Amino acid sequence: MFRLEARPQASKTWIVLTPILAVVATMFAGGLLFAALGKDPVASIQLIFWDPLFGEFAAMDRVDILKKAGPLILIALGLSIGFRAGIWNIGAEGQYIMGAICGAAVGLAFYPMEATFIFPLMVIAGALGGWAWAMIPAFLKNRFGTNEILVSLMLVYVAEHFLSQMSLGLLKNPEGRGFPGSRNLQQYASASNPELFPGTGMHWGVIAALVAVIAAYILMNRHLTGFQVRVTGESPRAAAFAGIIPRRIVVFCLGTSGALAGLAGLFEVSGPAGQISIDFNQGYGFTAIIVAFLGRLNPFGILLAGLLMGLTYIGGNLAEQAAGLPAAAIQAFQGMLLFFLLAFDLLSNYRIRRVRRRVVPQVTEPTASQETA
Amino acid sequence: MKIFKRMAAGAVLALGLAGASGAEPLKVGFIYVGPVGDLGWSYQHDLGRQAIEAHFGDQVETSYVESVPEGSDAERVLTQMARSGTKLIFTTSFGYMDPTLNVAAKFPDVKFEHATGYKRADNVSTYSGRFYEGRTVLGHIAGHMTKTNTIGYIASYPIPEVVRGINSAYLAAKAVNPDVKFKIVWAFTWFDPGKEADAANALIEQGADVIMQHTDSPAAMTIAEGKGIYAFGQASDMMQFGPNARLSSIIDNWDPYYISRVQAVLDGTWVSTDTWDGIGAGMTGIGEFNKNIPDAVKASAAKLKDDLASGAVHSFTGPINKQDGSPWLAAGEIADDGTLLGMDFYVEGIEGELPK
Repeated sequence: MFRLEARPQASKTWIVLTPILAVVATMFAGGLLFAALGKDPVASIQLIFWDPLFGEFAAMDRVDILKKAGPLILIALGLSIGFRAGIWNIGAEGQYIMGAICGAAVGLAFYPMEATFIFPLMVIAGALGGWAWAMIPAFLKNRFGTNEILVSLMLVYVAEHFLSQMSLGLLKNPEGRGFPGSRNLQQYASASNPELFPGTGMHWGVIAALVAVIAAYILMNRHLTGFQVRVTGESPRAAAFAGIIPRRIVVFCLGTSGALAGLAGLFEVSGPAGQISIDFNQGYGFTAIIVAFLGRLNPFGILLAGLLMGLTYIGGNLAEQAAGLPAAAIQAFQGMLLFFLLAFDLLSNYRIRRVRRRVVPQVTEPTASQETA
Repeated sequence: MKIFKRMAAGAVLALGLAGASGAEPLKVGFIYVGPVGDLGWSYQHDLGRQAIEAHFGDQVETSYVESVPEGSDAERVLTQMARSGTKLIFTTSFGYMDPTLNVAAKFPDVKFEHATGYKRADNVSTYSGRFYEGRTVLGHIAGHMTKTNTIGYIASYPIPEVVRGINSAYLAAKAVNPDVKFKIVWAFTWFDPGKEADAANALIEQGADVIMQHTDSPAAMTIAEGKGIYAFGQASDMMQFGPNARLSSIIDNWDPYYISRVQAVLDGTWVSTDTWDGIGAGMTGIGEFNKNIPDAVKASAAKLKDDLASGAVHSFTGPINKQDGSPWLAAGEIADDGTLLGMDFYVEGIEGELPK
């Protein structure tokens, strides 16, 4: 008989090992799924994990992985700070949308003027847009004690509606023949976020993500604010004794994650996506939650997790096209990754003990029996 | 190691044989905005892909990627297709317009076919169906069948394609039933069974007893069947979701166009074109009329369909005023394609405002 026993402290070894185990288990279970669909499991897994990195067109795919991972990392970093403090911002998708809209609106307001100050101004507007959207759940939580999970999540739908209103109204391309969607920012030099070095995929969003990884690491490990955030999450009572004001932590965590999500939206709309359109948001804000946990809420872990997630997207498309796998199978595959991670997570907080089971001697029996299992 | 070497040698041999055994099949790719199982828009495009396979057999090899978001993801998927040797790619959603042109510029020897767009290049054609012709027939039937004189319309986005459909359906319904009213709900989605079902229920509560839709799922059809009212299939026939409710349907039939374009590539005669075909060319199909429709209505609807096909009747023939009462088409005047393609106004008689 086995029993789970809580570890006094989470195991450092297992914290590192579980993501790797989860990936291996996902490959295995995913292979079974693909085999059940009548596809070659080894070839399919190879298409997803190997070809984008080392295949014939790896140079192009690596660029795409970076582009895909950039916004995921940026958003996940912001979320991870809040998650460490026990503040659950589930609405990064909405903050991402609002950042993109605010940033793009600033850029489009200057059209067709060309000037170097326009893009920096858009970056500020993007961060502010995301920040302001995250301040709504922060304010409601501090003022009325509402649940930030619900409020931030519901605001995603409000933001999506606002996005379609903007694509159909205020930001609609006047030369777009009545079709929804803004002007393409890729074709407006001062407001565009192109690859800084052609063919590398490095645009400002990717660079911002890399800078944010280091900044987040310093914040959480070397800075008083980071310490306060961690204490609030691990022991709210201790935090209160230490004079940490929970309301400030709420504002800081939601504000930071909102601003980073807004930045991600701005870099995406001015770069790879190009325009505000009804379907502009593609769920980065939600996927980033997976990335944050896959990366153990650790900045460098998130960097790796974001790249891994990007890899499964790029490889997933490859497998769909080359092996004819249905999109749903790829989504199930990505879902397995989180599932296995959470399942194996048990091992870092608990250990498995083999225990002897005792049967209590019964009163009517003259001789007590003992058995072991 | 030996085994690997042997396998590699075998693979090389096999490749060599395949290469020697005649012409390479033409690779044809498709990207879909929805799942192929949406039983609507993407489903019909995938039927077109299957029609290509059935028609050309070994001469072609098709592949597809479904549920591809519009924007940078589409650009990546298109690039992956083009570089893997696909020579003809159908991009089947309006939002793929800029991605298609971007990728087409990088792969000049790959031909692209973009559905419902308006930007073309030397290797990018556009094509779409005159679905408003189908809505004229459906509107005609709806006008006859409604008892409450209220027709519910589930619209997706206020783009010209959708506005055109509402106008043509309204004009046809009004022509046979002067008391008819349209209730329009904007769902702001192409495919979301939940939202579409909510819209259908809201319309029924407002007294609608016939429902038309410009969204892709059969959700409204299922509800209409349950409530004992009427509806029309959209994009695909949808008969199986409402054997009693489904009066008829608009069917996107891409098969003939797709086959002709593949043939053109095989023959080396492919050139960039702009195609906008209707009932006449078979791109817009009308589903079989339900047995619930009185024979007289069936006959008049069939005649209307034939007249639209032959060009004897046009869906937008004056006199027609715009919603605000200002004249649009004089008596006998026929709308030009340019106005239709950019249609951003309701015709006179439709209540409510176009969302802006």
